[in-house]
Amino acid sequence: MPVIRVQTADFNIADEIALMRDNPAIGAIASFIGLVRDINDGLGVKTLTLEHYPAMTEKAVAAIVAEAEARWRIIHCTVIHRVGELEPCDQVVLVIVASAHRADAFEACQFIMDYLKTRAPFWKKERTPQSARWVEARESDAVASLRWRAETANLSGDRID
Amino acid sequence: MLNILYFASLREQVGLAHESIAVPAVATVAGLIETLRARGGEWPDALAANKPWRVAVNQEMAAFDTPLKSDDEVAIFPPVTGG
Repeated sequence: MPVIRVQTADFNIADEIALMRDNPAIGAIASFIGLVRDINDGLGVKTLTLEHYPAMTEKAVAAIVAEAEARWRIIHCTVIHRVGELEPCDQVVLVIVASAHRADAFEACQFIMDYLKTRAPFWKKERTPQSARWVEARESDAVASLRWRAETANLSGDRID
Repeated sequence: MLNILYFASLREQVGLAHESIAVPAVATVAGLIETLRARGGEWPDALAANKPWRVAVNQEMAAFDTPLKSDDEVAIFPPVTGG
C-alpha cells in the first residue's frame, strides 16, 4: 500500500526511506523534494500558503499513484504534501518510489510529480513585501503532464505494430 | 440540495467558501454555472467562459454535461498549483 499524507508538519526523507528499506526485492529508490523558492516572477516571496480541498486531495493523489502503479513496476511509493503557511527553503512535497530497477523508480517519480502539479487540488498563495497573490497555473506544467499521455499513445502504437 | 464549495482565488472573488442551493432546473454542471452567473455581481466574471475554472462533482473532476442530483458535493476552483 502506498503511503499518502497531507500534513502541515515537516517531513524527513531519511525517516520515510528507512520505513521501506526492509524489502529485499527493492533494488532502486528514486525521490523528489520540492522546496519553497524566494523568487517567483521577479518578486521576493516571504511566505507561501497552500490551500487544498481536503475531501478530494488524498483521493486525487491516490488515483495518480494508482496510475503510476499500472504503468511501472513499483514496489512501494510515498507521497507527502504539506499545506498551510510555509517560508522560503521549507520543504513542500516529497515523492519516493521504490522498485527493483532504476528506470521504473526514476520515471514513476517524475510522472507522479508532473501529475501532482496538474491534477491534485492544491493552490498556492504567495505573500511578498508588497502584496499577496494566487500563483497562476503554468503552461509548462500542463505540457509536462501531457507528455506522459503522448508516451502512452506511442506505447499503444508499438503494441499494435 | 447541492453542497457547493469554492476554493482559492475563486472563493475570494465571490466571497463565499461554501453554500447549499437547490438542484437547478437544468440538473447538470452547465445548468448550475448558468444559475450562479445569473446572480450578477462578481459571479458572471468569476465564472466567465474565458476563465479557466474547474469543477469537481463528488471529488471527481467533472465536465459541463456531468449530471447533478440532490446531496452531490460540487467544488468550483481555479487550475491547481500544488507540487
